[in-house]
Amino acid sequence: MFSYIFGRVLATIPVMLVVAFFVFSLLYIAPGDPAAVIAGDQASPADVEKIRASLGLDRPFLVRFSEWFFKLLQGDLGTSMFTGMPVIELIGQRVEPTLSLMLLTVILAVTIAVPIGVLAAWKTGTWIDRGIMAISVIGFSVPVFVVGYLLSFFFSLELDWFPVQGYVSYKKGFGVWFEHLVLPAIALGFVYIALIARITRATMLEVLSQDYIRTAKAKGMGQMGILFLHALKNAAVPVVTVIGIGIALLIGGAVVTESVFAIPGLGRLTIDAIVRRDYPLIQGLVVVFSFVYVLVNLCVDVIYTIVDPRIRY
Amino acid sequence: MKLNRRDLLKGAAGLGVAATGVIGAPAFSQGSTKVLKFVPQANLANFDPIWGTQYVVRNASQLVWDTLYGIDNTLQPKRQMVESEEMSADGLTWTFKLRPGLKFHDGSPVRAVDCVASITRWSARDPMGLMLKAIQKELVAVDDTTFKWVLSKPYPKMLFALGKVGTPICFIMPERIAKTDPFKQIEEYIGSGPMRFARNEWKPGALAVFERFADYKPRSEPSNWMSGGKIIHFDRIEWIIMPDPATASAALQSGEIDWWESPLPDLIPLLRRNRNIEVDIADPLGNIGAFRLNHLHPPFDNVKVRQAVQMAISQEDYMRAVVGSDTKLWKKSASFFTPDTPLYSENGGDALKKGPQMEAAKKLLAESGYKGQPVTCLVAQDNSITKAQGEITADVLKRLGMTVDFVATDWGTVGQRRASKNEPGKGGWGMFHTWHAGADCATLAGNVGVRANGDKAWFGWPTSAGVEKGVDQWFDASTLDAEKKAFADINKAGMDDVVYIPTGFFYSYQAWRKNLSGITSGPLPWFTGVKKA
Repeated sequence: MFSYIFGRVLATIPVMLVVAFFVFSLLYIAPGDPAAVIAGDQASPADVEKIRASLGLDRPFLVRFSEWFFKLLQGDLGTSMFTGMPVIELIGQRVEPTLSLMLLTVILAVTIAVPIGVLAAWKTGTWIDRGIMAISVIGFSVPVFVVGYLLSFFFSLELDWFPVQGYVSYKKGFGVWFEHLVLPAIALGFVYIALIARITRATMLEVLSQDYIRTAKAKGMGQMGILFLHALKNAAVPVVTVIGIGIALLIGGAVVTESVFAIPGLGRLTIDAIVRRDYPLIQGLVVVFSFVYVLVNLCVDVIYTIVDPRIRY
Repeated sequence: MKLNRRDLLKGAAGLGVAATGVIGAPAFSQGSTKVLKFVPQANLANFDPIWGTQYVVRNASQLVWDTLYGIDNTLQPKRQMVESEEMSADGLTWTFKLRPGLKFHDGSPVRAVDCVASITRWSARDPMGLMLKAIQKELVAVDDTTFKWVLSKPYPKMLFALGKVGTPICFIMPERIAKTDPFKQIEEYIGSGPMRFARNEWKPGALAVFERFADYKPRSEPSNWMSGGKIIHFDRIEWIIMPDPATASAALQSGEIDWWESPLPDLIPLLRRNRNIEVDIADPLGNIGAFRLNHLHPPFDNVKVRQAVQMAISQEDYMRAVVGSDTKLWKKSASFFTPDTPLYSENGGDALKKGPQMEAAKKLLAESGYKGQPVTCLVAQDNSITKAQGEITADVLKRLGMTVDFVATDWGTVGQRRASKNEPGKGGWGMFHTWHAGADCATLAGNVGVRANGDKAWFGWPTSAGVEKGVDQWFDASTLDAEKKAFADINKAGMDDVVYIPTGFFYSYQAWRKNLSGITSGPLPWFTGVKKA
């Protein structure tokens, strides 16, 4: 197992190299000019040109790429063109809010989605099943920002239960941390809940039709035991897979959620960087995101071995 | 019964949520009266007012850095860091003496050498600064509090240049910082203004914090725009960046923020319905909408084509698209200058005043020999002002009989592409939309749009001998009448040659909680004198 994990970690290196090359190349050919944004609307063309030169943007592609890549190999993601701050520092400032949001979303989504997926499978064909599936269709159909605005309107402005915006670190208390994140987590998790609930239901339906379930029933095993000890465990591999895939959905959704709830996370940082064409920051963020994604997939593979002992690497 | 947040928390405690014992104090109340929570117009992505000339950088900089002079609400420069100045009889030598006791945030005194270095850096980037540099013979520190500026030609606008509000402002920095290349970013944010920048709390794109500078020495005169005693009644000013206007609106309504610099016009009726919120015009000098034409390439290298477009537009259409139906927010203006300011002139602006005259415009276009070349119209979709203007223009051009190549893109791309002098079909452009702050257009100090000196002019590179003659006259003018004449001449020549096409004059709103007092209108948000109850 450890050699497998080690091998997978090593395999991430070429993946990251390819990602780095593509990101750099795409940004090179993409339209837009950070120097023009920095200089401001009133700047003269000559001023813009001088700023471009001072940022090194007038140098050839290979020179720029090799310089950036060499630094990357040393763990240096470069310096933001706009703030003058190291990219690693900018990303570091934003990691906690995004991680908190994603963690709470995953906990919330799994806690809600798996039981209701199981329930829908158990009560298949009934109004409970249809109701749960209807809600999951809504979850898929309604954009994150609409859910966010609706939650914000009812629970913050009308009822005054939660703040409208912002993030407070867990270091200042669990309560304030939680109350700032609960609405964003629900908004972000809505589609995720729908996805997990549907997959759980589908795989549970398949498992519940297996012979060993009938045998368990014949032996007089209780319904809860059948559902959660036998069926769910055997249905877990696809569910774990979709939870893993869903992390990518969360990264995309976090961009919107963080804007709607003014959470200073990585999603907003990404948008800001793209709008301003802050190349080093965009490159750093994409490298970090792709690394996280590779890591999540590795974790999913490892979890397979825990939920299904037949899987061995 | 309406269940409030406290009840919910109590209920949650009963259910065991609070059993952890770590439910914190309410974090989304407005908090201390000594802390101001302000949502600026844009993200403070960098903090060098000379290197980056965005308005948001200027607005934040006025808290941290002080100026030698500052204009008041009559646009007259007043002494700020300077105690006295003296101009020689021939107008060639200026001697400035600093107020005693001025200190930077690191505790070091403000010296004449700091001013010399700061002026030198500023003058490399500012249009008026560049003019001064061109006639500068010597700029030296005489002693710790006195510096001398020797020119080869009199410059009557000297004090205005040092106190103007348009970007870049001549902020005074310590010499070691001011010696940074003007095209590179500074790395320290030490000023002598009323607030110090909390660098350790800066999260670009999210938060910028300013803390009171205890050793700041305000002037004794009452605060008036950039001039007078800059007395801040807060220990801490938090700039909270909110990219989403709906979120900012909700946060203002819920009391999580105190002041929002630039609410969308669409949200104003909603904010006005809230009894705890005050809404007013942000800047009495407003903004001038504009579309720039590329004078280098067909079809706009032909003055008759430019005049035909000028004749065809309706400023009312533009203004309704930009700021809506609230007629208090806009007016027609056949001028390159700011309405209701002393030098304003509509001389030569008949086409815009009468417009739209579509039939006459079509006739003129036919006379011009226009052969149906496509007009590459760059429209930034990520900005509501440029987007609205672009859509109106495209419609006007089509009705006029022109072929439109509508390039819907973002501001970053417009910023790059407008710098290209290539033909429109080869990566260049035919027109783009923007707007100019009224504060910049009240004089020629920052009015880059109206300059028509060909290659050296702003994007579009117009050439107009009449405009440039008027510009020279204004910079040399020493009386108000002479200045007025110069402005009238510039407007006439600029309209005749169609340097660019103004699409109207519009205001924007600002909104704040009613427990704030002392907020005044101005080209930038003034924090001096504002109090929170």
